[in-house]
Amino acid sequence: MWSLLKIELFKVFRRPRTYIAFIAVWAIVSLIQIAIYVDGAKYIDFVLKDVKDNFDVIGNPLNGYFVCFIILQTLLIHVPLLVALVSADMIAGEANMGTLRLLITKPVSRTKLLLSKFLASSVYAVILLIWIAILGLFLSMLIFGTDGLLNAKSYEIIILNGNDIFWRYILAFGFAAIALITVAALGFFFSIFAENSLGPIVATMSVIIVFTILTTLDIPLFQSVKHLFFTSHMIGWKGFFEMKLDADGVSIPGTIRNLPAVLRSAGVLLLHTFLFVGGAIFIFNRKDVLS
Amino acid sequence: MKQLITLFLTSYLLLHTSYSSAQTAAELVKKVKAKMDRVNDYVATGKMKTDVVFIKAPVANIKSYYKKPNRFKVKRDGGISLLPKGGVSVNVSSLLLSDDYTAIDAGQTILNKIPVRIIKLLPLNDNSDVVLTTMYIDEANLLIRKSSTTTKDNGTFDMEMQFGKYAEWGLPDKVIFSFNTKDYKLPKGITLEYDDGSKKQELPKNKKGKVEISYSSYIINKGVTDEMLK
Repeated sequence: MWSLLKIELFKVFRRPRTYIAFIAVWAIVSLIQIAIYVDGAKYIDFVLKDVKDNFDVIGNPLNGYFVCFIILQTLLIHVPLLVALVSADMIAGEANMGTLRLLITKPVSRTKLLLSKFLASSVYAVILLIWIAILGLFLSMLIFGTDGLLNAKSYEIIILNGNDIFWRYILAFGFAAIALITVAALGFFFSIFAENSLGPIVATMSVIIVFTILTTLDIPLFQSVKHLFFTSHMIGWKGFFEMKLDADGVSIPGTIRNLPAVLRSAGVLLLHTFLFVGGAIFIFNRKDVLS
Repeated sequence: MKQLITLFLTSYLLLHTSYSSAQTAAELVKKVKAKMDRVNDYVATGKMKTDVVFIKAPVANIKSYYKKPNRFKVKRDGGISLLPKGGVSVNVSSLLLSDDYTAIDAGQTILNKIPVRIIKLLPLNDNSDVVLTTMYIDEANLLIRKSSTTTKDNGTFDMEMQFGKYAEWGLPDKVIFSFNTKDYKLPKGITLEYDDGSKKQELPKNKKGKVEISYSSYIINKGVTDEMLK
Protein backbone atom coordinates (compact mmCIF):
# COMPACT_ATOMS: atom_id res chain seq x y z
CA MET A 1 0.00 0.00 0.00
CA TRP A 2 2.84 2.37 0.92
CA SER A 3 4.53 1.70 -2.44
CA LEU A 4 1.27 2.38 -4.25
CA LEU A 5 0.80 5.61 -2.32
CA LYS A 6 4.35 6.71 -3.17
CA ILE A 7 3.73 6.03 -6.84
CA GLU A 8 0.47 8.00 -6.77
CA LEU A 9 2.09 10.88 -4.91
CA PHE A 10 4.88 10.89 -7.46
CA LYS A 11 2.28 11.12 -10.23
CA VAL A 12 0.41 13.92 -8.48
CA PHE A 13 3.46 16.06 -7.78
CA ARG A 14 5.00 15.46 -11.19
CA ARG A 15 2.14 17.19 -12.95
CA PRO A 16 2.56 20.96 -13.41
CA ARG A 17 -1.17 21.52 -12.77
CA THR A 18 -0.67 20.41 -9.16
CA TYR A 19 1.39 23.52 -8.50
CA ILE A 20 -1.25 25.86 -9.95
CA ALA A 21 -3.08 25.53 -6.64
CA PHE A 22 -0.02 26.55 -4.60
CA ILE A 23 0.58 29.57 -6.85
CA ALA A 24 -3.11 30.49 -6.72
CA VAL A 25 -3.15 30.30 -2.91
CA TRP A 26 -0.01 32.42 -2.71
CA ALA A 27 -1.55 35.01 -5.06
CA ILE A 28 -4.89 35.15 -3.21
CA VAL A 29 -3.28 35.33 0.25
CA SER A 30 -0.82 38.03 -0.88
CA LEU A 31 -3.62 40.10 -2.41
CA ILE A 32 -5.70 39.87 0.77
CA GLN A 33 -2.68 40.80 2.90
CA ILE A 34 -1.80 43.77 0.69
CA ALA A 35 -5.43 44.93 0.64
CA ILE A 36 -5.70 44.74 4.43
CA TYR A 37 -2.30 46.36 4.92
CA VAL A 38 -3.33 49.30 2.74
CA ASP A 39 -7.04 49.56 3.48
CA GLY A 40 -7.72 47.35 6.48
CA ALA A 41 -9.07 50.17 8.62
CA LYS A 42 -11.99 50.59 6.20
CA TYR A 43 -12.73 46.90 6.45
CA ILE A 44 -12.80 47.10 10.24
CA ASP A 45 -15.04 50.17 9.95
CA PHE A 46 -17.42 48.16 7.83
CA VAL A 47 -17.44 45.21 10.23
CA LEU A 48 -18.04 47.56 13.16
CA LYS A 49 -20.35 49.95 11.31
CA ASP A 50 -23.16 49.48 13.81
CA VAL A 51 -20.96 50.02 16.85
CA LYS A 52 -18.25 52.46 15.80
CA ASP A 53 -20.41 55.49 16.62
CA ASN A 54 -20.86 54.32 20.19
CA PHE A 55 -17.69 52.38 20.94
CA ASP A 56 -13.96 52.95 20.85
CA VAL A 57 -11.74 50.02 19.94
CA ILE A 58 -8.81 49.45 22.30
CA GLY A 59 -5.98 47.32 20.92
CA ASN A 60 -5.06 46.39 17.36
CA PRO A 61 -7.91 44.55 15.66
CA LEU A 62 -6.04 44.45 12.36
CA ASN A 63 -3.53 41.85 13.45
CA GLY A 64 -2.28 38.56 11.99
CA TYR A 65 -4.99 36.47 13.64
CA PHE A 66 -7.75 38.61 12.15
CA VAL A 67 -6.12 38.55 8.70
CA CYS A 68 -5.85 34.75 8.87
CA PHE A 69 -9.53 34.54 9.85
CA ILE A 70 -10.49 36.50 6.72
CA ILE A 71 -8.15 34.41 4.57
CA LEU A 72 -9.57 31.13 5.87
CA GLN A 73 -13.13 32.38 5.44
CA THR A 74 -12.41 33.44 1.87
CA LEU A 75 -10.19 30.58 0.80
CA LEU A 76 -12.16 27.68 2.19
CA ILE A 77 -14.89 28.45 -0.34
CA HIS A 78 -12.44 28.49 -3.26
CA VAL A 79 -9.85 25.94 -2.22
CA PRO A 80 -12.26 23.05 -2.94
CA LEU A 81 -11.90 23.97 -6.63
CA LEU A 82 -8.14 23.57 -6.32
CA VAL A 83 -8.54 20.26 -4.48
CA ALA A 84 -11.01 19.05 -7.10
CA LEU A 85 -8.45 19.84 -9.81
CA VAL A 86 -6.37 16.96 -8.52
CA SER A 87 -8.83 14.57 -6.87
CA ALA A 88 -11.31 14.59 -9.77
CA ASP A 89 -8.45 13.79 -12.11
CA MET A 90 -7.24 10.72 -10.21
CA ILE A 91 -9.29 8.13 -12.13
CA ALA A 92 -10.70 10.22 -14.97
CA GLY A 93 -7.18 11.37 -15.84
CA GLU A 94 -5.99 7.77 -16.19
CA ALA A 95 -9.07 6.99 -18.30
CA ASN A 96 -8.39 10.05 -20.45
CA MET A 97 -4.79 8.98 -21.07
CA GLY A 98 -5.90 5.39 -21.75
CA THR A 99 -3.80 3.98 -18.91
CA LEU A 100 -6.65 2.95 -16.60
CA ARG A 101 -7.24 -0.48 -18.12
CA LEU A 102 -3.53 -1.17 -18.15
CA LEU A 103 -3.31 -0.07 -14.52
CA ILE A 104 -5.97 -2.46 -13.29
CA THR A 105 -4.32 -5.40 -15.02
CA LYS A 106 -1.51 -5.11 -12.44
CA PRO A 107 -1.59 -7.64 -9.58
CA VAL A 108 -3.10 -5.14 -7.17
CA SER A 109 -6.74 -5.17 -6.09
CA ARG A 110 -8.94 -2.39 -7.39
CA THR A 111 -9.79 -1.43 -3.81
CA LYS A 112 -6.12 -0.93 -2.90
CA LEU A 113 -5.53 0.97 -6.10
CA LEU A 114 -8.46 3.30 -5.41
CA LEU A 115 -7.51 3.76 -1.76
CA SER A 116 -3.94 4.70 -2.68
CA LYS A 117 -5.26 7.22 -5.21
CA PHE A 118 -7.68 8.69 -2.68
CA LEU A 119 -4.95 8.88 -0.02
CA ALA A 120 -2.66 10.63 -2.50
CA SER A 121 -5.31 13.27 -3.21
CA SER A 122 -5.91 13.64 0.56
CA VAL A 123 -2.18 14.18 1.15
CA TYR A 124 -2.24 16.82 -1.57
CA ALA A 125 -5.22 18.55 0.11
CA VAL A 126 -3.44 18.53 3.49
CA ILE A 127 -0.18 19.88 2.01
CA LEU A 128 -2.18 22.65 0.33
CA LEU A 129 -3.74 23.47 3.70
CA ILE A 130 -0.30 23.58 5.35
CA TRP A 131 0.73 26.02 2.62
CA ILE A 132 -2.32 28.16 3.48
CA ALA A 133 -1.35 28.00 7.17
CA ILE A 134 2.22 29.10 6.43
CA LEU A 135 1.12 32.05 4.30
CA GLY A 136 -2.19 32.89 5.93
CA LEU A 137 -1.33 32.47 9.59
CA PHE A 138 2.41 32.58 10.17
CA LEU A 139 3.24 35.18 7.49
CA SER A 140 0.29 37.33 8.59
CA MET A 141 1.47 37.10 12.23
CA LEU A 142 4.88 38.25 11.03
CA ILE A 143 3.54 41.15 8.98
CA PHE A 144 0.65 42.36 11.15
CA GLY A 145 1.73 41.19 14.60
CA THR A 146 -0.61 39.53 17.08
CA ASP A 147 -3.35 40.74 19.42
CA GLY A 148 -6.87 39.66 20.27
CA LEU A 149 -9.36 38.51 17.67
CA LEU A 150 -12.63 40.20 16.73
CA ASN A 151 -14.97 37.53 15.46
CA ALA A 152 -17.89 39.46 14.00
CA LYS A 153 -20.99 37.34 13.57
CA SER A 154 -24.33 38.53 12.20
CA TYR A 155 -25.80 39.16 15.66
CA GLU A 156 -22.84 39.35 18.05
CA ILE A 157 -19.17 40.26 18.29
CA ILE A 158 -16.93 37.73 20.00
CA ILE A 159 -13.66 39.05 21.36
CA LEU A 160 -10.89 36.54 22.05
CA ASN A 161 -7.79 37.26 24.11
CA GLY A 162 -4.46 37.22 22.28
CA ASN A 163 -3.14 34.25 24.29
CA ASP A 164 -6.30 32.24 23.66
CA ILE A 165 -6.19 32.07 19.86
CA PHE A 166 -3.26 30.06 18.50
CA TRP A 167 -4.50 26.69 19.79
CA ARG A 168 -7.87 27.43 18.20
CA TYR A 169 -6.16 27.90 14.85
CA ILE A 170 -4.41 24.53 15.20
CA LEU A 171 -7.81 22.89 15.74
CA ALA A 172 -9.41 24.99 12.98
CA PHE A 173 -6.79 23.89 10.45
CA GLY A 174 -7.28 20.28 11.59
CA PHE A 175 -11.01 20.66 10.96
CA ALA A 176 -10.37 22.33 7.61
CA ALA A 177 -8.21 19.32 6.64
CA ILE A 178 -11.22 17.04 7.27
CA ALA A 179 -13.41 19.36 5.17
CA LEU A 180 -10.97 19.40 2.25
CA ILE A 181 -10.56 15.63 2.39
CA THR A 182 -14.36 15.37 2.05
CA VAL A 183 -14.16 17.55 -1.05
CA ALA A 184 -11.34 15.35 -2.35
CA ALA A 185 -13.56 12.29 -1.75
CA LEU A 186 -16.44 13.90 -3.66
CA GLY A 187 -14.19 14.73 -6.62
CA PHE A 188 -12.75 11.25 -6.44
CA PHE A 189 -16.26 9.74 -6.47
CA PHE A 190 -17.25 11.70 -9.60
CA SER A 191 -13.93 10.79 -11.16
CA ILE A 192 -14.82 7.11 -11.59
CA PHE A 193 -17.75 7.94 -13.87
CA ALA A 194 -15.89 10.04 -16.41
CA GLU A 195 -13.22 9.60 -19.00
CA ASN A 196 -12.25 13.25 -18.92
CA SER A 197 -11.30 15.12 -15.73
CA LEU A 198 -13.19 18.28 -16.70
CA GLY A 199 -16.60 16.74 -15.98
CA PRO A 200 -15.81 15.57 -12.40
CA ILE A 201 -14.09 18.89 -11.58
CA VAL A 202 -17.11 20.91 -12.76
CA ALA A 203 -19.52 18.50 -11.04
CA THR A 204 -17.63 18.76 -7.73
CA MET A 205 -17.56 22.53 -7.87
CA SER A 206 -21.21 22.72 -8.90
CA VAL A 207 -22.26 20.67 -5.87
CA ILE A 208 -20.21 22.87 -3.53
CA ILE A 209 -21.36 26.16 -5.08
CA VAL A 210 -25.06 25.19 -5.14
CA PHE A 211 -25.02 23.84 -1.58
CA THR A 212 -23.07 26.86 -0.31
CA ILE A 213 -25.55 29.27 -1.91
CA LEU A 214 -28.49 27.37 -0.45
CA THR A 215 -26.80 27.42 2.94
CA THR A 216 -26.11 31.15 2.79
CA LEU A 217 -29.58 32.17 1.59
CA ASP A 218 -31.60 33.20 4.59
CA ILE A 219 -34.79 31.52 3.37
CA PRO A 220 -36.69 29.34 5.87
CA LEU A 221 -37.10 26.44 3.39
CA PHE A 222 -33.34 26.13 2.91
CA GLN A 223 -32.53 26.94 6.52
CA SER A 224 -34.53 23.93 7.68
CA VAL A 225 -32.66 21.48 5.45
CA LYS A 226 -29.21 23.04 5.35
CA HIS A 227 -27.85 20.72 8.01
CA LEU A 228 -28.27 17.95 5.44
CA PHE A 229 -25.75 19.59 3.11
CA PHE A 230 -22.17 18.69 3.94
CA THR A 231 -21.11 22.19 2.88
CA SER A 232 -22.90 23.59 5.96
CA HIS A 233 -20.56 21.57 8.12
CA MET A 234 -17.42 22.62 6.20
CA ILE A 235 -17.35 25.93 8.08
CA GLY A 236 -17.46 24.12 11.41
CA TRP A 237 -13.90 25.37 12.05
CA LYS A 238 -15.50 28.67 13.04
CA GLY A 239 -16.99 26.94 16.06
CA PHE A 240 -13.51 26.88 17.62
CA PHE A 241 -13.58 30.69 17.77
CA GLU A 242 -16.60 30.91 20.05
CA MET A 243 -16.41 30.69 23.85
CA LYS A 244 -18.73 29.46 26.53
CA LEU A 245 -20.42 32.13 28.64
CA ASP A 246 -20.76 32.24 32.39
CA ALA A 247 -23.98 33.15 34.22
CA ASP A 248 -23.22 36.88 33.77
CA GLY A 249 -22.77 36.50 30.01
CA VAL A 250 -19.00 36.91 30.26
CA SER A 251 -16.90 34.72 27.92
CA ILE A 252 -14.70 32.07 29.52
CA PRO A 253 -11.25 31.93 27.88
CA GLY A 254 -9.95 28.50 26.93
CA THR A 255 -13.42 27.09 26.22
CA ILE A 256 -15.34 26.18 23.07
CA ARG A 257 -19.00 27.18 23.16
CA ASN A 258 -20.47 24.14 21.44
CA LEU A 259 -17.78 21.49 21.04
CA PRO A 260 -20.30 18.63 20.56
CA ALA A 261 -21.76 20.48 17.54
CA VAL A 262 -18.29 21.00 16.03
CA LEU A 263 -17.44 17.33 16.58
CA ARG A 264 -20.79 16.36 15.08
CA SER A 265 -19.96 18.45 12.00
CA ALA A 266 -16.57 16.74 11.77
CA GLY A 267 -18.38 13.40 12.06
CA VAL A 268 -20.81 14.34 9.26
CA LEU A 269 -17.86 15.24 7.02
CA LEU A 270 -16.05 11.99 7.84
CA LEU A 271 -19.25 10.05 7.14
CA HIS A 272 -19.55 11.75 3.75
CA THR A 273 -15.91 10.94 3.02
CA PHE A 274 -16.55 7.29 3.92
CA LEU A 275 -19.68 7.20 1.74
CA PHE A 276 -18.02 8.86 -1.26
CA VAL A 277 -14.89 6.66 -1.12
CA GLY A 278 -16.87 3.53 -0.23
CA GLY A 279 -19.32 4.24 -3.05
CA ALA A 280 -16.46 4.83 -5.49
CA ILE A 281 -14.83 1.51 -4.52
CA PHE A 282 -18.14 -0.36 -4.68
CA ILE A 283 -19.01 0.98 -8.13
CA PHE A 284 -15.49 0.75 -9.53
CA ASN A 285 -15.11 -2.88 -8.43
CA ARG A 286 -18.14 -3.72 -10.57
CA LYS A 287 -17.28 -1.44 -13.45
CA ASP A 288 -16.34 -2.71 -16.87
CA VAL A 289 -13.31 -0.57 -17.59
CA LEU A 290 -12.98 0.00 -21.32
CA SER A 291 -10.51 2.86 -21.49
CA MET B 1 -33.63 66.17 83.53
CA LYS B 2 -33.97 63.33 81.02
CA GLN B 3 -36.37 65.44 78.98
CA LEU B 4 -33.90 68.32 79.03
CA ILE B 5 -31.09 66.12 77.68
CA THR B 6 -33.37 64.77 74.92
CA LEU B 7 -34.38 68.33 74.03
CA PHE B 8 -30.74 69.44 74.00
CA LEU B 9 -29.65 66.53 71.80
CA THR B 10 -32.56 67.01 69.38
CA SER B 11 -31.81 70.72 69.14
CA TYR B 12 -28.13 70.01 68.52
CA LEU B 13 -28.91 67.50 65.78
CA LEU B 14 -31.39 69.81 64.11
CA LEU B 15 -28.98 72.71 64.27
CA HIS B 16 -26.14 70.58 62.92
CA THR B 17 -28.27 69.25 60.06
CA SER B 18 -29.48 72.69 59.11
CA TYR B 19 -25.89 73.96 59.21
CA SER B 20 -24.78 71.12 56.96
CA SER B 21 -27.51 71.60 54.39
CA ALA B 22 -26.77 75.28 54.55
CA GLN B 23 -23.59 74.37 52.72
CA THR B 24 -24.48 75.40 49.19
CA ALA B 25 -24.23 73.05 46.26
CA ALA B 26 -21.36 75.06 44.82
CA GLU B 27 -19.44 74.91 48.08
CA LEU B 28 -19.89 71.14 48.31
CA VAL B 29 -18.75 70.60 44.75
CA LYS B 30 -15.74 72.83 45.43
CA LYS B 31 -14.80 70.75 48.47
CA VAL B 32 -15.08 67.51 46.50
CA LYS B 33 -13.00 69.03 43.74
CA ALA B 34 -10.36 70.19 46.22
CA LYS B 35 -10.10 66.63 47.56
CA MET B 36 -9.63 65.24 44.10
CA ASP B 37 -7.17 67.92 43.11
CA ARG B 38 -4.63 66.28 45.37
CA VAL B 39 -4.30 63.58 42.71
CA ASN B 40 -2.01 64.83 39.96
CA ASP B 41 -1.71 61.50 38.19
CA TYR B 42 -2.22 57.82 38.73
CA VAL B 43 -1.73 54.40 37.21
CA ALA B 44 -4.49 52.02 38.20
CA THR B 45 -4.51 48.27 37.67
CA GLY B 46 -7.77 46.41 37.42
CA LYS B 47 -10.13 44.07 35.68
CA MET B 48 -12.82 45.05 33.23
CA LYS B 49 -16.05 43.18 32.63
CA THR B 50 -18.17 44.08 29.60
CA ASP B 51 -21.89 43.42 29.69
CA VAL B 52 -23.29 44.48 26.35
CA VAL B 53 -25.92 42.22 24.84
CA PHE B 54 -24.11 41.72 21.51
CA ILE B 55 -20.51 41.76 22.78
CA LYS B 56 -19.13 38.50 24.12
CA ALA B 57 -15.81 39.26 25.74
CA PRO B 58 -13.81 37.74 28.58
CA VAL B 59 -12.83 39.69 31.67
CA ALA B 60 -9.86 41.85 30.65
CA ASN B 61 -6.83 42.91 32.68
CA ILE B 62 -6.53 46.64 32.22
CA LYS B 63 -4.44 49.59 33.25
CA SER B 64 -5.86 53.09 33.50
CA TYR B 65 -3.59 56.10 33.22
CA TYR B 66 -4.64 59.54 34.40
CA LYS B 67 -2.82 62.84 34.30
CA LYS B 68 -4.14 66.21 35.35
CA PRO B 69 -6.12 67.99 34.09
CA ASN B 70 -8.02 65.68 31.75
CA ARG B 71 -5.79 63.04 30.17
CA PHE B 72 -7.12 59.55 30.69
CA LYS B 73 -6.35 56.28 28.91
CA VAL B 74 -7.45 52.71 29.40
CA LYS B 75 -5.13 50.01 28.04
CA ARG B 76 -5.54 46.26 28.22
CA ASP B 77 -3.06 43.42 28.33
CA GLY B 78 -2.99 41.32 25.15
CA GLY B 79 -6.32 41.81 23.57
CA ILE B 80 -9.01 44.01 22.15
CA SER B 81 -11.83 45.77 23.94
CA LEU B 82 -14.80 47.78 22.83
CA LEU B 83 -15.42 50.67 25.20
CA PRO B 84 -18.37 53.05 25.09
CA LYS B 85 -17.42 56.41 23.62
CA GLY B 86 -17.43 59.18 26.17
CA GLY B 87 -18.17 56.67 28.89
CA VAL B 88 -15.14 54.99 30.35
CA SER B 89 -12.95 57.81 29.12
CA VAL B 90 -14.72 60.05 31.61
CA ASN B 91 -13.22 59.57 35.04
CA VAL B 92 -14.29 61.06 38.31
CA SER B 93 -11.95 64.04 38.08
CA SER B 94 -13.02 64.99 34.61
CA LEU B 95 -16.59 65.43 35.84
CA LEU B 96 -15.42 68.43 37.80
CA LEU B 97 -12.79 69.57 35.39
CA SER B 98 -13.97 73.06 34.66
CA ASP B 99 -15.50 75.75 36.86
CA ASP B 100 -17.75 76.69 33.99
CA TYR B 101 -20.99 75.36 35.42
CA THR B 102 -23.84 76.19 37.73
CA ALA B 103 -24.41 73.82 40.62
CA ILE B 104 -28.01 73.39 41.68
CA ASP B 105 -29.09 71.63 44.84
CA ALA B 106 -31.68 68.99 44.02
CA GLY B 107 -32.25 67.57 47.46
CA GLN B 108 -31.11 64.50 49.29
CA THR B 109 -31.57 60.77 48.94
CA ILE B 110 -30.22 57.45 50.16
CA LEU B 111 -27.96 55.51 47.83
CA ASN B 112 -26.92 51.99 48.91
CA LYS B 113 -27.76 52.93 52.51
CA ILE B 114 -25.56 56.03 52.30
CA PRO B 115 -27.17 59.50 52.54
CA VAL B 116 -26.19 61.60 49.54
CA ARG B 117 -26.84 65.11 48.25
CA ILE B 118 -28.14 65.40 44.70
CA ILE B 119 -26.36 68.16 42.81
CA LYS B 120 -27.11 69.08 39.23
CA LEU B 121 -24.35 70.69 37.20
CA LEU B 122 -25.43 72.81 34.26
CA PRO B 123 -22.60 73.82 31.92
CA LEU B 124 -22.52 77.50 31.11
CA ASN B 125 -20.72 77.01 27.83
CA ASP B 126 -23.21 76.49 24.99
CA ASN B 127 -20.67 74.44 23.05
CA SER B 128 -20.13 71.93 25.81
CA ASP B 129 -20.90 68.32 24.80
CA VAL B 130 -22.31 67.72 28.27
CA VAL B 131 -25.88 68.90 28.63
CA LEU B 132 -26.44 68.00 32.26
CA THR B 133 -24.61 66.13 34.99
CA THR B 134 -26.37 64.89 38.07
CA MET B 135 -24.14 63.95 40.98
CA TYR B 136 -24.93 62.03 44.13
CA ILE B 137 -22.37 63.26 46.62
CA ASP B 138 -21.60 61.61 49.95
CA GLU B 139 -21.30 64.80 51.95
CA ALA B 140 -19.67 63.23 54.99
CA ASN B 141 -16.79 61.69 53.03
CA LEU B 142 -16.77 64.14 50.12
CA LEU B 143 -17.13 61.34 47.58
CA ILE B 144 -19.11 61.19 44.36
CA ARG B 145 -21.08 57.95 44.72
CA LYS B 146 -22.93 58.18 41.45
CA SER B 147 -23.22 60.44 38.45
CA SER B 148 -25.46 60.62 35.45
CA THR B 149 -24.22 62.59 32.46
CA THR B 150 -26.30 63.50 29.43
CA THR B 151 -24.29 64.44 26.39
CA LYS B 152 -25.25 65.87 23.02
CA ASP B 153 -23.55 63.19 20.93
CA ASN B 154 -23.16 60.08 23.07
CA GLY B 155 -26.45 59.84 24.91
CA THR B 156 -26.71 59.40 28.65
CA PHE B 157 -24.30 57.37 30.67
CA ASP B 158 -24.35 56.61 34.36
CA MET B 159 -21.33 56.03 36.53
CA GLU B 160 -21.63 54.31 39.88
CA MET B 161 -18.64 54.21 42.18
CA GLN B 162 -17.76 52.08 45.14
CA PHE B 163 -14.98 53.22 47.42
CA GLY B 164 -12.54 51.35 49.60
CA LYS B 165 -8.88 51.78 50.41
CA TYR B 166 -8.37 54.76 48.08
CA ALA B 167 -11.41 56.72 49.33
CA GLU B 168 -9.17 59.32 50.98
CA TRP B 169 -7.96 60.27 47.48
CA GLY B 170 -11.47 60.18 46.07
CA LEU B 171 -10.55 57.26 43.84
CA PRO B 172 -13.01 54.36 43.47
CA ASP B 173 -12.28 50.64 43.85
CA LYS B 174 -15.07 49.84 41.47
CA VAL B 175 -16.70 51.84 38.68
CA ILE B 176 -19.82 50.70 36.85
CA PHE B 177 -20.63 52.51 33.61
CA SER B 178 -24.12 52.12 32.19
CA PHE B 179 -24.99 53.41 28.74
CA ASN B 180 -27.53 53.02 25.97
CA THR B 181 -26.69 50.64 23.14
CA LYS B 182 -27.98 50.42 19.60
CA ASP B 183 -28.78 47.19 17.78
CA TYR B 184 -25.99 45.33 16.04
CA LYS B 185 -26.43 43.34 12.84
CA LEU B 186 -24.28 42.15 9.94
CA PRO B 187 -25.59 40.32 6.84
CA LYS B 188 -25.16 36.54 7.10
CA GLY B 189 -23.84 36.47 3.52
CA ILE B 190 -20.78 38.38 4.73
CA THR B 191 -20.17 36.58 7.99
CA LEU B 192 -20.67 33.08 6.48
CA GLU B 193 -21.86 31.87 9.80
CA TYR B 194 -21.47 28.39 11.21
CA ASP B 195 -24.83 27.18 12.49
CA ASP B 196 -24.17 24.78 15.34
CA GLY B 197 -27.85 23.85 15.51
CA SER B 198 -28.42 25.48 18.89
CA LYS B 199 -31.48 27.66 19.28
CA LYS B 200 -30.55 31.33 19.20
CA GLN B 201 -31.89 33.37 22.05
CA GLU B 202 -33.77 36.49 21.07
CA LEU B 203 -31.53 39.36 22.12
CA PRO B 204 -33.32 42.04 24.15
CA LYS B 205 -33.57 45.34 22.32
CA ASN B 206 -32.52 48.70 23.75
CA LYS B 207 -30.99 47.01 26.76
CA LYS B 208 -28.51 49.15 28.65
CA GLY B 209 -24.89 48.18 28.28
CA LYS B 210 -22.60 47.99 31.26
CA VAL B 211 -18.85 48.10 31.74
CA GLU B 212 -17.56 47.28 35.19
CA ILE B 213 -14.01 48.12 36.18
CA SER B 214 -12.65 46.82 39.49
CA TYR B 215 -9.38 48.45 40.44
CA SER B 216 -7.02 46.45 42.61
CA SER B 217 -4.33 49.10 43.05
CA TYR B 218 -3.45 52.70 42.34
CA ILE B 219 -0.03 54.28 42.03
CA ILE B 220 -0.78 57.90 42.88
CA ASN B 221 1.33 60.96 42.11
CA LYS B 222 4.36 58.97 40.97
CA GLY B 223 4.30 60.42 37.47
CA VAL B 224 2.65 59.36 34.21
CA THR B 225 4.56 59.89 30.98
CA ASP B 226 3.09 60.94 27.64
CA GLU B 227 4.17 57.54 26.31
CA MET B 228 1.83 55.84 28.78
CA LEU B 229 -1.06 58.00 27.65
CA LYS B 230 -0.57 57.24 23.94
